[in-house]
Amino acid sequence: MPSITKPLIPLAPLPTNDLGLTIRDYEGAMSTLCAGCGHDSITAAIVQAFWELSMPPRDIAKLSGIGCSSKTPTYFIRGAHGFNSAHGRMAAIATGAAAANRELTLLGVSGDGDSLSIGIGHLAHAIRRNVKMVYVIENNGVYGLTKGQLSASADIGTRPKKGEANVIAPIDPIMLGLSMGATFLARSFSGDKEQLVPILKAAVAHNGFALIDVISPCVTFNDHEGSTKSYRFVREHEVKEVVTDYVPVREEITATVGGRGSRTVTMHDGSVLTFRATPEGYDPTNRLSVEAYIRDHQRHGEVVTGLLYLDESGSSMHEVNHTPTHALAKIPVDQLCPGSAVLDDLMSDFR
Amino acid sequence: MEPTDVRDPAYYHRVVDCQYACPAHTDVPGYIRLIAQGRFDEAYLLNRQSNVFPGILGRTCDRPCEPACRRGRVDGDPVAICRLKRVTSDLKGEIADRLAPIPEQKNGKRVAIIGAGPSSLTVANDLAPLGYEIDIFEKNDQPGGLMRWNIPSFRLPAEVLDEETSNIIDRGGVTVHYNSPVASLGDLLGRGYDAVYVGSGAPRGKELDLPGRHDEAESHIHIGIDWLESVAFGHIDSIGERVLIIGVGNTAMDCCRTARRVGGQDIRVMARRPREYFKASPWELEDAEEEGVQIVVNHAPQRFVIEDGRLTGMEFDVVTWDEGARHSSVVETITVPCDDVILAIGQENAFPWIERDLGIEFGEWDLPVVDETTMMSTRPGVFFGGDAAWGPKNIIWAVAHGHEAAISIDQYCQGLDVADRPPAGQNLISLKMGMNEWSYSNDYNPSPRQEMAHIDLTRRFESLNLEVELGFSAEQYAREAQRCLNCDVETVFSPTLCIECDACVDICPVRCLTITENGDEAELSGRLNTPRANPGQSLYVSAPLPQTGRVMVKDENVCVHCGLCAERCPTAAWDMQEFTLLTSYAGKPGVTHIPVRAASASEGGH
Repeated sequence: MPSITKPLIPLAPLPTNDLGLTIRDYEGAMSTLCAGCGHDSITAAIVQAFWELSMPPRDIAKLSGIGCSSKTPTYFIRGAHGFNSAHGRMAAIATGAAAANRELTLLGVSGDGDSLSIGIGHLAHAIRRNVKMVYVIENNGVYGLTKGQLSASADIGTRPKKGEANVIAPIDPIMLGLSMGATFLARSFSGDKEQLVPILKAAVAHNGFALIDVISPCVTFNDHEGSTKSYRFVREHEVKEVVTDYVPVREEITATVGGRGSRTVTMHDGSVLTFRATPEGYDPTNRLSVEAYIRDHQRHGEVVTGLLYLDESGSSMHEVNHTPTHALAKIPVDQLCPGSAVLDDLMSDFR
Repeated sequence: MEPTDVRDPAYYHRVVDCQYACPAHTDVPGYIRLIAQGRFDEAYLLNRQSNVFPGILGRTCDRPCEPACRRGRVDGDPVAICRLKRVTSDLKGEIADRLAPIPEQKNGKRVAIIGAGPSSLTVANDLAPLGYEIDIFEKNDQPGGLMRWNIPSFRLPAEVLDEETSNIIDRGGVTVHYNSPVASLGDLLGRGYDAVYVGSGAPRGKELDLPGRHDEAESHIHIGIDWLESVAFGHIDSIGERVLIIGVGNTAMDCCRTARRVGGQDIRVMARRPREYFKASPWELEDAEEEGVQIVVNHAPQRFVIEDGRLTGMEFDVVTWDEGARHSSVVETITVPCDDVILAIGQENAFPWIERDLGIEFGEWDLPVVDETTMMSTRPGVFFGGDAAWGPKNIIWAVAHGHEAAISIDQYCQGLDVADRPPAGQNLISLKMGMNEWSYSNDYNPSPRQEMAHIDLTRRFESLNLEVELGFSAEQYAREAQRCLNCDVETVFSPTLCIECDACVDICPVRCLTITENGDEAELSGRLNTPRANPGQSLYVSAPLPQTGRVMVKDENVCVHCGLCAERCPTAAWDMQEFTLLTSYAGKPGVTHIPVRAASASEGGH
């Protein structure tokens, strides 16, 4: 842990967002992760994205499970709500939180262990229900807190710091999402905020479950020669052909639209996503072509990043279930709990 | 941009704003850390090595360091560097045995020095330990020059002056001939000295020849520096109740405050131009106003009003200025009544005692032609420095000149080329003590600048010699020392170790780091994480980074040297290293003569 808290330097006024807050207002406590951890860069990207979105911290809930990644909500947006759940249970807690208060923006942060091993069932069901939330997997391919054993996302052939190369096929969260009917699937790299920040903003605007798999090198246990999740390997094997820009509702769209593969998608809140570039024949709304494209590159050991799949037509959990339009806390008690007579009526329907 | 060459001492030297701005390159952060550690002797000696007169300068310096101080760009108020310098002098113990010894065995070279002011004493200070025999010729009966005669003792007590001059002239190797004005340089040159140094200052106050100046009331119109000198000598101990000071330099401030102490009641400093164009340091203006002196702007003097042989007032044009204060127009003409007028509009050099056939060329304004690097005149072996060389500057410049002249004199006497200057060097020592542990206090301290306490106004004018500034209390200097941003603890970057994880970029509290594609300076400056606000400060640009070929760019402008970049770096590509500028002094090329600096761990980090 650093010797000092990041000091607040009273420099000539820092820029403020629409709420009058500076980027420092979206920070949290000092990170206790290892120096150079990819997770800290993702934290910085989250801070930047939510500051730029001018989202009031009180409207945000940060949720996490167990692991290095799940420690990070402490390190950003100190004014937000937070829930650090049991191992792998974050998706379940988030589903409950979403049901109770649909007005919160839910930001779940998890890791490859938390999401793809112990918590994979909860993740799959949250995808299936299309819970409106941002779900970030900080994916480093190892269990950092327990000293670097390979996790379920480790590629075949990747070498741990000690021991034999991996022989078991990995679970790819993007492929999992495609098969479970996910409506927003992105992959990014902790070392590339230019790509990650717009993806995070688009995920917040998405009406449903937005999964972002962020490759986040573990400097302590998985940044060596032979690892497929090291800074160097990702930089050498990253394919960034899907390039997206996010334009919030209030801004004029100035990004150049046109050229190879460019197209725009209007999000349900009116903001606009522009696919500035996509590869020939690639359709980010077509499940099959996306899957084929990713598989094709995986065969060559390449990592495709960007906002890979988007379906803005899907219905979120609330629409499917016809839930109330407001947070439960805002519904008057006599409506929320209308009394035993109403319950008796309801029960008689099932007799 | 080309990768920054940090092996050139000039790069990191530039980052240490205070040291860079100081003509004598005083190692300011170094001595401030020593104060924080309670090591006042070392702090004093570190000061003395470069500026020779810490006690004197700690009270009277023009402080070029403070406007340059990085802290001023961070929270608006620079570190009270000058006051901390005084702390080293106030709290030091016995240091005489730690000064460079004066050898019994002389080197056979004799140097004559004219004047016993700051630049002359600096030359003597540097040359005596090398075995030179030095004769100083001083026109007055005590050493110090303008420091004694022109700076009032309520700002600079005589004891401080005596101690610091004595440390130079009373330790052997130096003979001061008092009451010995040099009447003829030609004569002196004929006396077999190996070199001559002229440090006689700019002793003549400028005249203001307006109507009435030389009429019968002449005795009530004074030349500022001469008047201050007469007060210092004790020849003058009173003045009329209503006093006008013409001029707004620091001498004017000394005049008005001295007048307040010898009988002046209604004292006005009359300025031609608006306040932002004053030459006086802002703090000297504040001190004068605190003592009830009025500062009157936009008044251009026209004539002295003499009635019945008495000075009764002075006539001024009240003017307004255009933008930039280049042209004025007269609004009205008024008479301000007064009993005495003191003229403090500047000083000039005067060399009636230098014959013009000695091979010493004189140029513009009858100033000698002096080489700016070597301080040598056009006659080999004759050197000038301080105000005598290029007209009035200040004490710290005089000291800087003295050091350079001493190097030249030494080289000249040893038969070396004076133009061949010994190079400066640098030393970089890592201050890493362990995981996230440094041997300097790296946290940012939000304390405001400490205010110097002044002696109560009810007591202040009891005696002319009562020092006004009381010095810092222990709490004050401890707090003020922590305000220093340790700009000499450099962020040293090793590009080959960098894995571009962004940890340093993310943690930096002032967002001064950027990893990006290289570009030319103007273009690169526009796409930094924080746009470049101060082109006067350097950009550090690394060699291409191993993984992507991008470069690490650091805008030095407001780095607070907190070390978080180095703490969050997984590969130790960043390190915090204490930079020491190895300044050359006479006989000591590029070395420091204090072995222990703040590298000691005694403060223990945080």
